[in-house]
Amino acid sequence: MSEHAELKTGPLEYRKEEGTLTILGFWIFLAAEVVLFSTLFATYAVLFGRYGDATPAPELFEMPIALAMTFLLLTSSFTCGIAIHMMRKESLKGLLIWLSITLALGLGFLGFEIYEFVHYVHEGASIQSSAFWSAFFTLTGTHGLHVTLGIAWCLLIIIQLVRVGLTPTTARKTFVIGLYWHFLDVVWIFIFTAVYLIGMVV
Amino acid sequence: MWDFIWNDFLVTGEPLIYGAMASIVLVTVLIVFVLTYFKLWKWLWDEYLTTVDHKKIGIMYIIAALAMLFRGGVDALMMRTQLALPGMNFLNSVHYNEIFTTHGTTMILFMAMPFIIGLMNVVVPLQIGARDVAFPFLNALSFWTFFFGAMLFNISFVIGGSPSAGWTSYVPMAGPELSPEINQNYYLLALQLSGIGTLATGINFLVTILRMRAPGMTLMKMPIFTWSALITSIIIIFAFPILTIALALMTMDRIFGTHFFTLAGEGMPMMWANLFWLWGHPEVYIVILPAFGVFSEVISTFARKQLFGYKAMVYAMCVIAGLSFVVWVHHFFTMGAGAGVNSLFSITTMLIAVPTGIKIFNWLGTMYKGRIRFNVPMLWALAFIPNFTIGGVTGVMLGMAAADYQYHNTYFLIAHFHGVLIAGTLFGMFAGLTYWYPKMFGHKMNEKIGKVSFWLTVIGFNITFLPQYFLGLMGMPRRTYTIEPEWMPLNLLSTIGAFILAGGFVIFVYNIYFSARYEPREKTGDAWDGRSLEWATTTPVPHYNFATVPYVNSHEAYWDMKETGATTYDESKLEPIHMPNYKGMPIIMSAIMFVASFGLVWHWFWLAIPGLIGVIICMVIRSFDYDEGYHVPIEEIKRTEEQARGRKE
Repeated sequence: MSEHAELKTGPLEYRKEEGTLTILGFWIFLAAEVVLFSTLFATYAVLFGRYGDATPAPELFEMPIALAMTFLLLTSSFTCGIAIHMMRKESLKGLLIWLSITLALGLGFLGFEIYEFVHYVHEGASIQSSAFWSAFFTLTGTHGLHVTLGIAWCLLIIIQLVRVGLTPTTARKTFVIGLYWHFLDVVWIFIFTAVYLIGMVV
Repeated sequence: MWDFIWNDFLVTGEPLIYGAMASIVLVTVLIVFVLTYFKLWKWLWDEYLTTVDHKKIGIMYIIAALAMLFRGGVDALMMRTQLALPGMNFLNSVHYNEIFTTHGTTMILFMAMPFIIGLMNVVVPLQIGARDVAFPFLNALSFWTFFFGAMLFNISFVIGGSPSAGWTSYVPMAGPELSPEINQNYYLLALQLSGIGTLATGINFLVTILRMRAPGMTLMKMPIFTWSALITSIIIIFAFPILTIALALMTMDRIFGTHFFTLAGEGMPMMWANLFWLWGHPEVYIVILPAFGVFSEVISTFARKQLFGYKAMVYAMCVIAGLSFVVWVHHFFTMGAGAGVNSLFSITTMLIAVPTGIKIFNWLGTMYKGRIRFNVPMLWALAFIPNFTIGGVTGVMLGMAAADYQYHNTYFLIAHFHGVLIAGTLFGMFAGLTYWYPKMFGHKMNEKIGKVSFWLTVIGFNITFLPQYFLGLMGMPRRTYTIEPEWMPLNLLSTIGAFILAGGFVIFVYNIYFSARYEPREKTGDAWDGRSLEWATTTPVPHYNFATVPYVNSHEAYWDMKETGATTYDESKLEPIHMPNYKGMPIIMSAIMFVASFGLVWHWFWLAIPGLIGVIICMVIRSFDYDEGYHVPIEEIKRTEEQARGRKE
């Protein structure tokens, strides 16, 4: 908390010491999140195929939905990257537009996920059905919950960007949500592979 | 309604519990009365409850740890009383199960952890020349989530009933089928609440140590305690998310009917044991490495020599940290993972003895040819070395998978882990507290009383736990609430030892009171002729810690400064110092989390959901908070420093 000098050059989000500290702290938080999701993946792997009396996964998984979700989320990561690029160019308008597109894509992803969950429950596979389904819903649900929180959090930052404009503080906040959003994308790639691709063939 | 409160909500029918209720009510009334009578509420709120100052947060952690040590200690005495003689009727089997569960959980998570984090809070920023930690607000939040987690755990024995499935909470015993009551939910949610705070502490200290060191202080020039805090933080970051998930999964099993660890629905009870110890074993090193750090500081200071083998110490800690993640299966060799798996984990377990042995020899090397001063902190360090070594060597015995089939779940194991946790962690914390006490409170702890407390503790500890090795070899299982007649003599001896040990603790606490009243005030800031930066500031430490931060050339920064006559007050370099404002939000937010968790314990969604919404609202308010703190003006720094330094410069 010693530095008060504000740099005049360099990326906006790194100009105050507070920004540097927060961003490093957030990277480390993401490392903890990696461990958190790894534990869920490990649980899923251990409980894989333990259907009990419930419907087996290959009978329910549908590739088109999983693919659509993947495309939505991967694209949103790309638009999020453009948003940060706009921020670097100090274009508030560009930043807001691209962040909004990112949010819309995220909402689309979430819509498909909710549809998917409701569909499975109708087909008789809920979180209480068996060990496999508990692990499935918890792994994908934790990711979905992260996306939901990310959307709400991003909305708060958009409000602040509109109210305060681009300052080192709002830039830092935007950069951090960007990191978070990309992280969710990475986790989804693993979910798509470990859950849907493997689940379709085994 | 009243029927519910009397039959389910409150724990009734046990004289001991009524006693506990009465004492809780009495103590609460007493605290409220004292605060009101002396008009201290505002002081308490302004100076402590809303503080973001790492020194005050550290002191609060330590006070909470001592209170929890008292609670866990009373549990221990109750167990020892029940086990003193065969056929005792002091505790029934259910009550006994609750007591050993709360004893273990309290001692590890609500005593050892806050004690360590408390010392880290007080010392680390001072040792690296920082004004505070990287995220002071988060630091306060960490403390309060720990505090309310501990409270949630502690109210269980009067409201709803204590958890009773052991501190490891193994399923199926702890699952919804065999423990349908709400007791286990307390364990899950209390640990979850305080675990979040611990994870945040890990991140906070890692960033603090990586980014906020004094100029010139490279990683290899950090004081060794700071090194231990750095390694501990890394272990926390990689271990605690596993606990978060394990607890969440069991909570869902118990509250939402999932099938992770259940017997029905093809769940896997062994999965819990694996996840628990994947966190639990690194946790063991989280509580021991900072104690190693303390001993290194203390031994070097009181042997009046540089730490022997500084680099070897650092590498040894790194190796221990790495190995701590690959030994977890040794906690359940007998579960039948097979000879191959058991052999692998047997080898990794025994490998840990290598870096630990290196550290032991380095401490001995530090003392070799030193002019040793036998002050109380040094006494704790000296007692640590042989006692911890006994605990460690028996650990290697337990680590041999084939032999472990004999030792598993006997008192041999109990004696082993008390040997390392008491002689390692607890002695370390007592050494650290006595050592840094003058820095925290401006006076030393009385040496004479300290020595009485030390000898009682060490003698009591050995009388308590040495017999338990033999009891274990005689076949006495752990977690048994009644003993066979042939185990009687050694058990009685062990019980006597436990009361002597408790006497040592009581005198330690009495010493705090005595020293506050009668010990001479400490004015130099350098009470023990110290070697690292925390001794370079004045005592009491100004809230900004350092007026000017010196340039650091070695891992004994203050030793160098004393040779050149430099201080942390260089008038020509003064600048306004940026400091954070105090906040009420951490305590309020944690209190709301407490309410939400309490609701979840009882499956009361009408309470849990509004609580959760409350937490979210707090986060939104925090997001819109643009308070950037304030600057301490140069004139104020000058005034403070000149007053503290007696205008000598």
